Amino acid sequence: MPTKKKIERLKIGDLELTSRLIVGTGKYADFQVMKDALIASGTEMVTVAIRRVDLSKLGSGECLLDFVPKNIHLLPNTAGCYTADEAVRTARLAREACGTSLVKLEVIGDQKTLLPDVVGTLEACQLLVKEGFTVMPYTSEDPIVAKKLEDAGAAVVMPLASPIGSGRGVINPYNVYFILEAVNVPVIVDAGVGTASDAAIAMELGVDGLLINTGIAQAKEPVKMASAMKLAVEAGRLAYLAGRIPKKLYGSASSPLEGLVE
Amino acid sequence: MKIKVNGEERQVASGLALASLLQDLKLSPSIVVVERNRRIIPRKEYSDTQLVDGDILEIVHLVGGG
Repeated sequence: MPTKKKIERLKIGDLELTSRLIVGTGKYADFQVMKDALIASGTEMVTVAIRRVDLSKLGSGECLLDFVPKNIHLLPNTAGCYTADEAVRTARLAREACGTSLVKLEVIGDQKTLLPDVVGTLEACQLLVKEGFTVMPYTSEDPIVAKKLEDAGAAVVMPLASPIGSGRGVINPYNVYFILEAVNVPVIVDAGVGTASDAAIAMELGVDGLLINTGIAQAKEPVKMASAMKLAVEAGRLAYLAGRIPKKLYGSASSPLEGLVE
Repeated sequence: MKIKVNGEERQVASGLALASLLQDLKLSPSIVVVERNRRIIPRKEYSDTQLVDGDILEIVHLVGGG
């Protein structure tokens, strides 16, 4: 299995994060649940989206940012974009709104599967890097594409575990290994993590971090699941660093063979 | 004069300043971002930006997302 330099903290651009779990702010029942879940997760970075203000609800309603703890970094996304141009336009609006050059780049290829359009993603990545963005592209599990994104200047690569919101965990672990071998930037698995064991398995592969939204937000008890994910990410990372035993065909006894009474 | 805001046509006073439009819409300038004819207007320019007939505005803000 690939071994990479084992760094203590997750480095994204100029930032160094202790928590390797990035959490999404979408799909919660309400903002208070979201806030409690974010705190329980121990996250230091959350994703947000850019959308039109609903002008029919003038001056009313709660503001998302009032429910995001102040010490947490915002990572705006380009969710909903199907072309590179749309993604670049959205990223510029996001930079103005958040005051950060970080962007989670999403160029989606298909409404049903929500799988990324990697061609559009690569094109947008090149354009955004030129404009000084710290690009975190959401991508497929293809190591060739991941390498091209790194070469285009992406700060990290974010391969999916399985489709957004599908909760199927890492369906292609071998490709995750290939990506870890192919790139030097941090690898953050994003999309499809459904429960704690999925998170631990992903971290045991040796990735640098995870991004989870639906798996927490739509759990029956999001705050509990956020805690579970926090522990799973830590456990998975520790197990990876500890170096697991190999899988063997036959058994080997754990107790000594000598000294048995006869 | 007629302008378009978030896809909808609006009749507004001639020479209306962007800052005044936001006030009429009860929107806090600090939490929105405004794109006018595909160009992002910096917040400090809201009072000095006079809208003209045919302007297309997109007023956006941060929402929850993954």
